[in-house]
Amino acid sequence: MFDRDALRNLEQQKDEWERGPVAKTLEQFGERSEEFRTTSELPVERLYTPLEVAEADYQRDLGLPGEYPFTRGIQPTMYRGRLWTMRQYAGFGNAEESNRRYKYLLEQGQTGLSVAFDLPTQIGYDSDHSLSQGEVGKVGVAIDSLADMELLFDGIPLDQVSTSMTINAPAAILLAMYAALARKQGVALDRLRGTIQNDILKEYVARGTYIFPPRPSMRLVSDTFAFCAEQLPNWNSISISGYHMREAGCNAVQEVAFTLANAIAYVQAALDAGLDVDTFAPRLSFFFDAHNDVLEEVSKFRAARKLWARIMKERFGAKKARSQMLRFHTQTAGSALTAQQPDNNVVRVTLQALAAVLGGTQSLHTNSREEALALPTEDSVRLALRTQQVIAHESGVVNTVDPLAGSYYVEALTREIEDRVNAYIEKIDELGGAARAIEQGYIQREIQESAYTHQKDVESGERVVVGLNKYRIAEEPPTNLLRVDPVVERQEREKLVQLRARRDNARVTETLEGVRRAAAGRENLVPRLLEAVDAYATLGEICDVLRGEFGVHQASVVF
Amino acid sequence: MAEQPIRVLIAKPGLDGHDRGAKVLARALRDAGMEVIYTGLRQTPEQIAATATQEDVHVVGLSCLSGAHLELFPRVVQLLREHGAGDILVLGGGTIPSEDISVLKEHGVAEVFTPGASTQEVVEFVKRSVNL
Amino acid sequence: MSLAEGVRRGNVRATAKLITLIENHPESAVEDLRALHPHTGNAHIVGITGSPGVGKSTLTDALAKRWRKDGARVGIIAVDPNSPFSGGALLGDRVRMQELATDPGVFIRSMGARGRLGGLARATHNAIRVLDAGGKDVILVETVGVGQSELDIVQTADTVVVGLVPGMGDDIQSIKAGILEVADVFVINKADRPDARRLMMELQTMLDLDPEKGSAWQPPIERTVATTGEGVDMLMAAIRHHWEHLTRSGELEQRRRDRYEAELQAVVEDYWRTRFFEYWQREGHWEQMVEQLLRKETDPFSAARRLLTPFLDSESRRVGL
Repeated sequence: MFDRDALRNLEQQKDEWERGPVAKTLEQFGERSEEFRTTSELPVERLYTPLEVAEADYQRDLGLPGEYPFTRGIQPTMYRGRLWTMRQYAGFGNAEESNRRYKYLLEQGQTGLSVAFDLPTQIGYDSDHSLSQGEVGKVGVAIDSLADMELLFDGIPLDQVSTSMTINAPAAILLAMYAALARKQGVALDRLRGTIQNDILKEYVARGTYIFPPRPSMRLVSDTFAFCAEQLPNWNSISISGYHMREAGCNAVQEVAFTLANAIAYVQAALDAGLDVDTFAPRLSFFFDAHNDVLEEVSKFRAARKLWARIMKERFGAKKARSQMLRFHTQTAGSALTAQQPDNNVVRVTLQALAAVLGGTQSLHTNSREEALALPTEDSVRLALRTQQVIAHESGVVNTVDPLAGSYYVEALTREIEDRVNAYIEKIDELGGAARAIEQGYIQREIQESAYTHQKDVESGERVVVGLNKYRIAEEPPTNLLRVDPVVERQEREKLVQLRARRDNARVTETLEGVRRAAAGRENLVPRLLEAVDAYATLGEICDVLRGEFGVHQASVVF
Repeated sequence: MAEQPIRVLIAKPGLDGHDRGAKVLARALRDAGMEVIYTGLRQTPEQIAATATQEDVHVVGLSCLSGAHLELFPRVVQLLREHGAGDILVLGGGTIPSEDISVLKEHGVAEVFTPGASTQEVVEFVKRSVNL
Repeated sequence: MSLAEGVRRGNVRATAKLITLIENHPESAVEDLRALHPHTGNAHIVGITGSPGVGKSTLTDALAKRWRKDGARVGIIAVDPNSPFSGGALLGDRVRMQELATDPGVFIRSMGARGRLGGLARATHNAIRVLDAGGKDVILVETVGVGQSELDIVQTADTVVVGLVPGMGDDIQSIKAGILEVADVFVINKADRPDARRLMMELQTMLDLDPEKGSAWQPPIERTVATTGEGVDMLMAAIRHHWEHLTRSGELEQRRRDRYEAELQAVVEDYWRTRFFEYWQREGHWEQMVEQLLRKETDPFSAARRLLTPFLDSESRRVGL
């Protein structure tokens, strides 16, 4: 990118500068630290110049927005055309209560929905299961059957919104419920827009809401890929997530590496199931974390796009441009928030959101200030949404595409992350791919190592967290946090009793048997799941059938 | 090596899968010379109490981030008492609002550590309380 | 009520407390162990060993469940290493035994090896004795399994199960390194992996070359997928078959005689060692003797004689000789 003679001159000049003014300044003042590092422990130099990016080739490494390798963004005009989707993850209590929160958010200018399910739903238990005790409606909305889904989207036409659902092990069932609801609303399936998370591999690694063993779980993933490719062309059949691994403690490099390694495993599984890469790859989407180290995060997003484009084109021979594009949702980092001085979190979230926007995200969730302690109140969620709106309409960073490109630092860091991610992916390939690496505990160990190191650095004060280990004040613990009324659990149980009395139980038995047969055989499960949810079979009943056929995952622990 | 290491059970009651804190703490306790039994995710209070009794631990550390602590923690204390193991110290950790802490303490939870607590605080507390 | 009585009545708390006492203050547990000894010898002690990644805990869990189906009462002792730096330990074997936790017919104890290198803890042997006297029919003992030679288990178990797993590369190496001799039963776990058949054949070849081939017991090779329970019936049948062989051939008695002899020797050695060092701690001179050795004023043999003679004299006087 640079003229050789100019680089030689610069090198000499920089050398003189270091021996002259820099040395003199260091003698007098010194620097704050012996060495500087990003939050991911990448070394940071005093100064970046063309010398640090001398190897870069503009066409090869950056290209133009909307063109391979998509480093600068997946669309030609990015936010000059349309802003990112502002999508606040929400859901708690029962379907009625969550429905009210969704309508409120839409009124406040939110442009997409994002459904949080409670843990029993995520793990395939009905609200009246003994293991559901105390968990119903706590971290998300409780959905037991299509009847709850009808209440959840009451008054929200499904062809008017895009809906993201954070659901993994039973993703195919919730997708079936959404499709069944669309039919009832008279909305054609090809008009549905949204995402199911459907990323089971990271559940084994970090998030913990697995049900079935890896092999049948991967089959469910491939089945949803095939079903979506055929019936829901505008639906993202998976959201391959680095977020939870990052929250579990890994760094930015590891986040990208492990996410892409998982993505490779999903693509391979679909190819092995006989799908053509360009039929499903355009509907693969991603989900990343945004932390406080703004420039590292921006570089991370850029590197991830470039890496994925290369992987899809070179490794899997994907031909469609859309198959090569890494489209991603971002959530700001929950683990970076503090319970102490919670208002400081608003500032952190602003920095994190800015990083996501500068990194070219397609949609964004901003956390609320009290999320280190509880689910957010309506006021806090509004403030979090306003943060996005201020960035969108007042900061000016949205008016040109990929504004940080060409920063010597950002380009060098993008390259550094890319190289380190490639080394990880090579290592994981050697171990036999992501699924095997997870089985052997490699990825979990890497994450735990980073998490433990981070904790020790915070406790030693080497890493400053404002308000936590520095600039502390005496403060009263916050009150008026949002609480989920324990009565929800009882109501949900009663609703189930009524449902089981009301529905056509012969049809339930028959459709569940259809699910069982499909699970035992090789046919695509999703159409059978659709029949069962349509007959108001509950999520727990369907999962029990699948547990019977597939078995349950035996957790293993790695230290 | 200590003659008599402190034994601790770190458990995740309920369905919550966020085990970063539990695992970091388990390692910190190990590095402080304790024998730490870790039982993984999705433990029922019955499993936790039975495990604590069989393992004859001094301390049970419960971690829960899903908001189900008021249902789950007191139940563990109660079951330990039923096992004749009411002397085992029960600690709690997670996203727990301050007004719940006093409720948990009334129900026999010895101490509750919330986000931002350092692992060293927990180590010190355990050493002080067990006092071998 | 003494702890021993509690153990006999099946009290979980007493059983757990006595094992702790054995771990921390073995000298204080002697009375209880003495009381329990007449009630031991009924349990079938099964050792489970193998390299990391073999799935020892999962196998242990699957076997325990299988035995429970037949109504047998099961004890499990799972040993893990302690950190050589802090002395602490992370004991994570129970993660794979979650469903057994609340089964009243199962008692599980996790144990730190506390510096011992032979694959078990110093306390394991007497902890087994406690579970045996407490009425367990089967006691499964899972060794540390860090890959080094773990010969403690041979001294402890009636039946040693050696686990292997396909595709770990070092399996055949470890077989050569002495596992062949200790195994009563081999199990190839994760046998649904593609290279399981090859491992089976390699192992069979190696067994065929074994000089002991032709002796009364030929270690069978079983195949399992412990996570799904596949093959566990056959594995248990093989372990039981070995037990029948032991009892029928009289080898059980021979093994137990050897074990008691070793234990008696250890207890006596331990007693003398303790008394000797107590004596010299009291009398001093030990450091002084080391100094003299360093300065070549004496040699180790004369030094030993000068230490032993007064000690033996004092012991003789103590018993009135």
